[in-house]
Amino acid sequence: MTAMQQGLQSCEGCGLLSRPAPGAEERRCPRCGEELHFRKPDALQRTLAFLIAAAICYLPANLLPVMTTITASGEDSDTIMQGVVLLWSPTGWPLSLIVLFASIMIPSAKILALLYLVITVRRGAIENNRQRIRLYRIVDIIGRWSMVDVFVDTFTVALIQLQPLMSVKPAPGLFFFAAVVVLTMLAVESFDPRLIWDPASDSSRQPQMDTDGHRGEI
Amino acid sequence: MTDALPDAPEAKTVTKKRTRLSFVWIFPLVAAIAGAWVAVNKIRSEGPRITITFLTAEGLEAGKTKIRYNGVDIGTITAFRLTEDHQRVIATAKMAPRTEEFLAKDTKFWVVRPQISGATVTGLSTLISGAYLGMEIGQSPERAREFVALEMAPVVMGGAPGRFFRLKTPELGSVDKDTPIFFRHLKAGTVVSYELDKDGQFLNVRIFVRAPYDQYVTPNTRFWHASGIDMTLSASGLRVQTESLLSILIGGLAFETPASGPLLPPAEADTQFTLYSDRADAFRPPPQNPQTYLIVFNQSVRGLAVGAPVEMRGIPIGEVTDVRAQFDQKTKEFSVPVTIQVDPARFGVKVIDMPGGTNAVADHRTLLDALVSRGLRLQLKTGSMISGSLYVSAEFFPDAPPVTLDWSQNPVRLPTQPGQIEAIEASVANVVKKLEQIQFKEIGDDLQKTVNELNQTLVTTRGTLTNTDKLLGSADKVMGSADRILAPNSVLDAQLGSMLQEMGGAARAMRVLADYLERHPEALIRGKTGEAK
Repeated sequence: MTAMQQGLQSCEGCGLLSRPAPGAEERRCPRCGEELHFRKPDALQRTLAFLIAAAICYLPANLLPVMTTITASGEDSDTIMQGVVLLWSPTGWPLSLIVLFASIMIPSAKILALLYLVITVRRGAIENNRQRIRLYRIVDIIGRWSMVDVFVDTFTVALIQLQPLMSVKPAPGLFFFAAVVVLTMLAVESFDPRLIWDPASDSSRQPQMDTDGHRGEI
Repeated sequence: MTDALPDAPEAKTVTKKRTRLSFVWIFPLVAAIAGAWVAVNKIRSEGPRITITFLTAEGLEAGKTKIRYNGVDIGTITAFRLTEDHQRVIATAKMAPRTEEFLAKDTKFWVVRPQISGATVTGLSTLISGAYLGMEIGQSPERAREFVALEMAPVVMGGAPGRFFRLKTPELGSVDKDTPIFFRHLKAGTVVSYELDKDGQFLNVRIFVRAPYDQYVTPNTRFWHASGIDMTLSASGLRVQTESLLSILIGGLAFETPASGPLLPPAEADTQFTLYSDRADAFRPPPQNPQTYLIVFNQSVRGLAVGAPVEMRGIPIGEVTDVRAQFDQKTKEFSVPVTIQVDPARFGVKVIDMPGGTNAVADHRTLLDALVSRGLRLQLKTGSMISGSLYVSAEFFPDAPPVTLDWSQNPVRLPTQPGQIEAIEASVANVVKKLEQIQFKEIGDDLQKTVNELNQTLVTTRGTLTNTDKLLGSADKVMGSADRILAPNSVLDAQLGSMLQEMGGAARAMRVLADYLERHPEALIRGKTGEAK
């Protein structure tokens, strides 16, 4: 039994449960004025679109250099992976691992995780609901940390401007990398986790494995 | 009508499924376009990949070392690998886009490292930036992707205006790659390379003469070593010749075309020239009509070198070509036969009515016979007192005993005259003999006597001087005492003061007495009688 089945809409802003006025195209929360939906509009489609865009940007982000160091000995462009290799030393390996996780593994993991969620929801899967919602939460929490790389890069560019000796310029890969992070965050935002539970409540006739108190069949 | 309708089932209201595309699909679209654009750019900016084989990759770094042409980066070395025999290094380089036309089959690559040679300092920038690859674009129409790097940067860049020539020299001297070539003290070119001739007798030096100097190289141009300071200490004296300060330090070559020769068009490229050992050698005219003669000396020929001039009245007419010693078993005597080559025409002596034609030899004999009968003799003379070098002088001695030339010998032996040296030796001996006659002993004895007397006189004088000294000492003492007595605060001074006071008092008493007596003359008789009223 869900709020939608009862014809109720919950406000995404303040959480107020309200009964939508019949016939009205656009409904607003009586308390906070937030636009009301039963479910986020076109959630799966939007998420998928953002994911595809992120996946496309992910390739140039890793293949193109993110930073160009200009020293007296000439220009030197490095990709993220080259940076990881460069940092890998007996003393620098933790830093190297951080960059590897934050910049290469997390974005790809996010894209794959959301893709998995979108596909399972689309197929109306009802298994592993709790695991899937946990996955969604993890993706939501860790996703923003990938932006650290972009910030570090921009700070470096701003600070290291010792003109005749050394200067640092952002390289095109950085913009693609920033795009990957932003697009995956947008994808997470446009995904509606309630969709995970909808198939379970639709098939209410069947006995539920999930006997969690406030969700599922009453 | 409507009432008559049967109880129709109510239409099921179905929420219309949204099928329209969400606007968010613009994101993947934009991303795809951006990605495609970047990919296309990347592919378009991809230049050809080439391999360059090196002996060693020292100083080169994959991903860092650039390939530069005229100071512009047009490629980067991306990777190294060893050849299968592990002897060489193959570098893979990524070239800039649209550099295909640079990669001719004869395009050259070399490693630019800092190089400081005598004449030039190059590649200083590589001290900071590290080595890079220099490149010279070839002319071949064929294209290639595999190259072998040169060991050293080419001395002359292809396409530089000028011409290559070849020099043949028996010895290299201080010539090396990069050695400058001077034309009228201007740097006109460089030595490009040198190699030993096939039979090992000569060295072939390849040189490059820059435009516009190459037009001054004509077929009769002379090249010579202008290495350092050419100091010649010969019979002609000390001669110092240099080309320039640079050539003193690192050596060099020079060329010049004799002004006297005919004006010829510039020489073809790759013309071969002879490299002479010095300027004088280079400009010595070729033999015209050399005659070889033998002269035998019975004196020391120390200082007579091969090449020493043969002079007639101070003008060179030939040179000594051979000096050796011979021992005659029969007479048990050493003699020194000297071979000379006389060629007056070569040294610029103008011969008037020179014999020519078929009877040239006969004429030559008659001429020489005539000269000898007039007293032509050869003798050794000292050219330079400093070096002791000798030269052969041909002089006329009309008083000399007559000699006939033996024309059956070849070369003909010319008569000699005891040289200047013998004459000098004789006079020196004479001087020595005269010196020996001087009675040094008597002179010495007289001198000794005089000195002894002088010595005695001096001793006497010294006694007198001692007495005078004593006298002066006493006088000094007297003066000292007087000084003490007269000094202020001395006893005498004090006593003198008190004495003067006493005398003053006495004088006053006398005056009082005198006054009293004047007023009372009777007092003389009566004595002082109380107070006068």
